[in-house]
Amino acid sequence: MSTAASARAADLRAGDPKSSAPASASAKKAGAVASWVDERTGIAKGASFMLKKVFPDHWSFMLGEVAMYSMIICLLTGVFLSLWFIPSAGQIPYEGSYLPLKGITMSEAYSSTLAISFDVRGGLLIRQIHHWAALMFVVSLSVHMFRVFFTGAFRKPREINWVIGTLLSMLALIEGFAGYSLPDDLLSGTGLRAAEGFIRSVPVIGSYVSYMMFGGAFPGEAIIPRLYAVHVLLLPAVLIGLFTAHIILVMVHKHTQYPGPGRTNENVVGFPLMPVYTAKAGGFFFLVFGLLSLVSALVTINPIWAYGPYDPSPVTAGSQPDWYMGFADGALRLLPGWLEFEIFGYTLSLNVFLGAVLLIPLMYTITGAYPFLERWITGDNREHHVLDRPRNVPTRTALGVAAITAYLVLMFAAGNDIIAIRLQMSINDITRAFQVLFFVAPILTFWVTRRICLSLQRHDRDKVLHGRESGTLVRTPEGQYYEVHEELNEYDRWKLVGFESPAPLALPSGKDANGVASKDAKKEIRRAKWSNFFFKSRVEPVTPAELATAHHHGEHEAIETPAGAGAQAIKQAKQD
Amino acid sequence: MNALAARRRHPAAIALLLFLGLALVGATYSLFAPKPAQAAVATADKVADGKALFQANCATCHGISAEGTKSGPTLIGVGAAAVDFQVGTGRMPLSAPNVQAPRIEQIKYSQEQIDAMSAFVASLAPGPAIPDQATLETEGDVALGGELFRVNCAMCHNFAGSGGALTRGKYAPALYGVEAKHIYEAMVTGPQSMPVFDDKNIDAKGKASIISYLRTVETQANVGGMNLGNMGPVSEGMFIWIFGLALMIGTAYWLGQKAA
Repeated sequence: MSTAASARAADLRAGDPKSSAPASASAKKAGAVASWVDERTGIAKGASFMLKKVFPDHWSFMLGEVAMYSMIICLLTGVFLSLWFIPSAGQIPYEGSYLPLKGITMSEAYSSTLAISFDVRGGLLIRQIHHWAALMFVVSLSVHMFRVFFTGAFRKPREINWVIGTLLSMLALIEGFAGYSLPDDLLSGTGLRAAEGFIRSVPVIGSYVSYMMFGGAFPGEAIIPRLYAVHVLLLPAVLIGLFTAHIILVMVHKHTQYPGPGRTNENVVGFPLMPVYTAKAGGFFFLVFGLLSLVSALVTINPIWAYGPYDPSPVTAGSQPDWYMGFADGALRLLPGWLEFEIFGYTLSLNVFLGAVLLIPLMYTITGAYPFLERWITGDNREHHVLDRPRNVPTRTALGVAAITAYLVLMFAAGNDIIAIRLQMSINDITRAFQVLFFVAPILTFWVTRRICLSLQRHDRDKVLHGRESGTLVRTPEGQYYEVHEELNEYDRWKLVGFESPAPLALPSGKDANGVASKDAKKEIRRAKWSNFFFKSRVEPVTPAELATAHHHGEHEAIETPAGAGAQAIKQAKQD
Repeated sequence: MNALAARRRHPAAIALLLFLGLALVGATYSLFAPKPAQAAVATADKVADGKALFQANCATCHGISAEGTKSGPTLIGVGAAAVDFQVGTGRMPLSAPNVQAPRIEQIKYSQEQIDAMSAFVASLAPGPAIPDQATLETEGDVALGGELFRVNCAMCHNFAGSGGALTRGKYAPALYGVEAKHIYEAMVTGPQSMPVFDDKNIDAKGKASIISYLRTVETQANVGGMNLGNMGPVSEGMFIWIFGLALMIGTAYWLGQKAA
């Protein structure tokens, strides 16, 4: 350090930042490049906003990341596949190296998929990565959605992002369907045939839409090139656009965090994107890619060579869509046949239409609307950046579990034949059972979940007031026994008491002070009823006053009347 | 005894007790389990032998002269192939009344006895015969067999012959490990829910091709890795939800535990 510099250092007042060590040559060079770019694009501001962004650490926040990486893996492997895939229904005899199909007439799409699988180096592996990653994409996206729902992360200001996520999820299904319909093997052709039937079940316009999409009667030659355009061009563009908006909104809103000491609505406790999360997230991408490659190298997915080429006459037992379309297929299998009517000589196939066409938009509309419905019921207009523990909002958690139950019933119903043969049961009984379960199981799981949430909350309350059961039994000189309860420390206690439990709205009389009926009395009463449904069964968090009383009581017990403590321990044991 | 009492709370104690209990129950059962009736015969006349065997083992359900009863269909005109298939794959004698006779690995009769019973049933009225060696050794075309299989068989037996469900607990069984003779006999006799595929429907060459195709499917290497039972997308979905998701959450959790 030169004398001038040390003289300047002496000028610094106490508390001023000290000058850092001189930058290395490489850092200087990088800095020069960065300023060159910044002077021409003005990117520094945005980049610094991004790189300083703080994210909290929790494994459940990485589920969305898995979805993002799976999508990127699909894009990368998709490019590779598009180099060899021929989206054409033109019929040719197969001359490739898979002997059991030698000489069979098939479409160019199927033949080129066989070529990717057997004649392109690494082709089968890439195809399997593409397909497994697609399944993983929808799995992780769904689980990410569950996390967001059950922790209440969709509340203000994140409602728009919830809607975007819902759209992403629905488009992922359609993108997946378009993808697995391309190879034109027996299974995918059967799927397309089913889809054609679904479209035709739409009242009035069905047959016209079907003819338009397939360019005439099924199967025609148009559908494969059209699906290809949708699968590689249209939907990926929309998906990436929505996904970018999704990520930007996460940046703008800042990330939510689980409740804990020092975590408030105004801060985010975690680490900045640069360098911590760039390293962690980058590493995680390679882990996801690596694991999916490992799975793809070890486990077959969609063995198109075994299905054989599509031909409208045959169909195979166990014809199912990929899992994420399963719920619609299941609904179709559960809908009773008497829902088909004939009106003025036209057939109205509600037995197909309800399950196969209406269900998907209906499900996603309810999902997308949920934040708004909940806001209307709770009347909560505040911003929320601290997440709810699922048990602390019992009704929402129970509603979520009930919805997932209904979904699962439909999804399992799609595998009714596989369940029948694997478990040696009657497919008719299984179907009947699922029909009943679709209505009964959600109500049951709703009730059970709410009870579980409430008892967990009561347990939390108990833990805060009476401490943790230490398992240490003390015998007093009088011969009485009691268990020592250890008090929670402040950090653990915060998680258990730092939540809100609003009271339900009082049922309004519907009249003002002068006894005149108010205009929107009905609306108010309806809202109060919903509010009662939502908040009626609740456990209030422990207040400081209650805690103080409990402590006082506890000390009293420990010092003066251990008999009382013993009696209380017994009482508690009875309650448990 | 003290040493034993001291170890009664050992973690392995429960497992050991369970094992002992199960072994005891199993051993007792094997002592008292009903044994199949055996009619030992050594006469030269095949049809007479078959008749004796039939009357000792099959007549309860199929009637004393194979005319059928409430519990079993008539066997007049089903042919030798039907007997060879049903008894040769362990389906008959029926182990328990059920919607469908399952294939059982342990065959109750020797091939000689089965042949005798087949001869007896064939003597009642004409019916499909057991295929001769030449028919079974016809060279099949695998690609043609695959096509025939997809058109005629896959809707019940699944694309790879892994089997499929039928109504009311009935099922099309998996076709792995079935002798060529039995596959052929099943096609010509149409056992249980299966339709008959006679020579006008699928000729001998076609049948041989289907058998060759099934052999190829069964013996070819799984190029893509584990085939998850060749059950289609259901098993794939189950795999990704159970193993895929567990892998990802495990990794995310592990990474979250790492210091920043």
